[in-house]
Amino acid sequence: MFTPSASKLQAEWLGNIRGDLLAGLVVALALIPEAIAFSIIAGVDPKVGLYASFSIAVVTAIVGGRPGMISAATAATAVLMVTLVKQHGLDYLLAATVLAGVLQVAAGFLRLGRVMRFVSKSVMTGFVNALAILIFMAQLPELIGVTWLTYAMVAAGLAIIYGFPLLSRAVPSPLVCIIALTIAATTMGLDVRTVGDMGELPSTWPTFFVPDVPFNVDTLLIILPYSAAVAAVGLLESLMTAQIVDDLTDTTSDKNRECVGQGVANFVTGFMGGMAGCAMIGQSVINVKSGGRGRLSCFVAGIFLLLLIVLLGPWVVRIPMPALVAVMIMVSIGTFSWVSLANLKTHPRSSSIVMLATVAGVLFTHNLAIGVGLGVLLSGIFFAWKIAQLFEVGSELSDDGTARTYRIRGQLFFASADDFTAAFDFKEVLQKVVIDVTDAHIWDISSVAALDMVVLKFRREGADVDIVGLNAASETIVDKLAMHDKPGALDKLLAH
Amino acid sequence: MSKIIACIDGSIYTHSVVDHAAWAAERLTASVELLQVLGRGDIPAADLSGSISADAQQKLLNELARLDEERAKLIQQRARMVMDDARLRISATATGAVSTVLRNGDLLETLSEREASADLVVIGKRGEAADFATAHLGSNLERVVRASRRPVLVASRAYATIDKALVAFDGGSSILKAVDALSRSQLMSGIDIHLVCVGKDIPEMRRRLEGAVAQLHAGGHKAQFRFADGVPDKAIAGIVDAERMNLLVMGAYGHSRIRNLLIGSTTTEMIRSCKVPVLLFR
Repeated sequence: MFTPSASKLQAEWLGNIRGDLLAGLVVALALIPEAIAFSIIAGVDPKVGLYASFSIAVVTAIVGGRPGMISAATAATAVLMVTLVKQHGLDYLLAATVLAGVLQVAAGFLRLGRVMRFVSKSVMTGFVNALAILIFMAQLPELIGVTWLTYAMVAAGLAIIYGFPLLSRAVPSPLVCIIALTIAATTMGLDVRTVGDMGELPSTWPTFFVPDVPFNVDTLLIILPYSAAVAAVGLLESLMTAQIVDDLTDTTSDKNRECVGQGVANFVTGFMGGMAGCAMIGQSVINVKSGGRGRLSCFVAGIFLLLLIVLLGPWVVRIPMPALVAVMIMVSIGTFSWVSLANLKTHPRSSSIVMLATVAGVLFTHNLAIGVGLGVLLSGIFFAWKIAQLFEVGSELSDDGTARTYRIRGQLFFASADDFTAAFDFKEVLQKVVIDVTDAHIWDISSVAALDMVVLKFRREGADVDIVGLNAASETIVDKLAMHDKPGALDKLLAH
Repeated sequence: MSKIIACIDGSIYTHSVVDHAAWAAERLTASVELLQVLGRGDIPAADLSGSISADAQQKLLNELARLDEERAKLIQQRARMVMDDARLRISATATGAVSTVLRNGDLLETLSEREASADLVVIGKRGEAADFATAHLGSNLERVVRASRRPVLVASRAYATIDKALVAFDGGSSILKAVDALSRSQLMSGIDIHLVCVGKDIPEMRRRLEGAVAQLHAGGHKAQFRFADGVPDKAIAGIVDAERMNLLVMGAYGHSRIRNLLIGSTTTEMIRSCKVPVLLFR
């Protein structure tokens, strides 16, 4: 499935060289502050995020399923790894990254991309809102217990970020913010923390090495929960981003190939000393809007990124932290779906609850995967509840009053089984009962059990029961599961 | 259109209940609903849990379900025969509409579901499960009267023409309600109504009796009152017997069940000792 023709390869790589090169440069500039900031969120040296961004961008450009999408170190995966780094150190983070890659490749080959269909719009909205809040909360340590100077610089940074685009859009305004604040801090000798204080920057191309962890079950048990969460969140955000890029460019992409691509990227990145990442919604949008369409833009973004860092390393260490905080606040504000707040009033209440539950689940556990799981679960329940209402029972009595025909319409499954049973009047004395399910759909064993119970109850009251119209699909279920005609029927029903 | 619910079963009171319902239906120009409830109370419910082995249980339960089914079919056949008979009988005398309702379950529950649309409930003094030798009332009667929000006509063993009615007047709220209802109803038209108060002739009670008689007169009924001496149930039963009254009207069960358990109920005593139909108001 991953062997595209030569002509397609050429189109994906070289179909849009100029646009891709320019957009790649813009993305690389925008990636620098974010990669550093995400490293700081995860609690590792900036070089870990920078190597990761380089490696992930280059690898996904080659093996990913969505040309034009930018992948790198991200906040969504960074926030998942904070405690792992704190308790066990960097090497375990690298091992977890490798394992997450393996899991993602497996997901791709198992074609789990289609599972995305169970993630509803409301869950996605909740996901991005929760992500925005997590990013913002990660900045709070930099904003608490600091001098007024920090606040002033953050405010100035935000002013540049949001004000500069009014003057020019040629250069990404976060980059302008960082350059301006760095110059200001250096020339005026302002006493604020800098990137250099946060850890070591890369000075060379990354090298290939194996993480220094014992290869045993204990290690596996330590990293597996983190790897699983990173793999799930990474795939979720990547597939969401791929969907967004699909919509922006009006093209389609191979979601399962994207899963494998993300997995390979993380697998390789772990051995290069980088942390796990995934697709980035904001950067991908910047890329597409700057003219990037092909695989080349993501590829050159990664190369440019590392070149810039290696060449400009002495300058990067002087970047003041407030400048990065300002950039992260911008990322947070841009990620948050503000329209979802207004939609709370107009959307159906069940959708709003799903969205809010996703956010609450994430904020409570600091794990995007759990929040999304909660949201998916709730939307499933709400859906079942709604479908359960598509159900009605009508009935008519025969002229002599000894027989009644019940007509069942709609969906019969676990959520409507109780209503189904309650719709029958067992106190009516009848000689014959006909249950017509021609217009009903029997979905599961709960409804089969309910139907059995109804038949048994009528029989115990002395009525002969006929079921008519079981359509082919339902009939096979009933043949397998129905018990009212078999020995032990009552006992089994009573046991439930 | 008013409606009368006649509760029947297979007992010898069925014909009488049907006749009384027909009588009331003619006077009220009401439709009659013949209600028969097939209870499960008479099926022996043995709790076998723990005393049979796991494998046997499944077989036995199957057997029980099959027995239930056969038994229910028999009960149903018999109930339909009783119902057809009752319908034939009432169609012979009543001119209004007749409907039949056959239900499973408990009489009380069924009645409380259905009586909202009815004006009068007719029931026999005893059902088919009652023991006649002891002359006790049926177990359902008091439950029905206590639970019902409608007047209940308790049918005697056989219907006889009704031309003289005795109202057992104690001045209480239920009998005042009864007088009020009767004065505005056609049920008592042409019937000689005797209000009897057992007790001393005190001005307060006399005033209430006069008021009641005036109310009945205003409704176009023949009515008179008097005082009688003695114990209420004996005195009333005596007058009913001696003067050939053929309907007794009274308030029902003014006291709690616990009080009745300890010192007995006047209402129960009177229904039992008077051999005439009784119209009860709560």
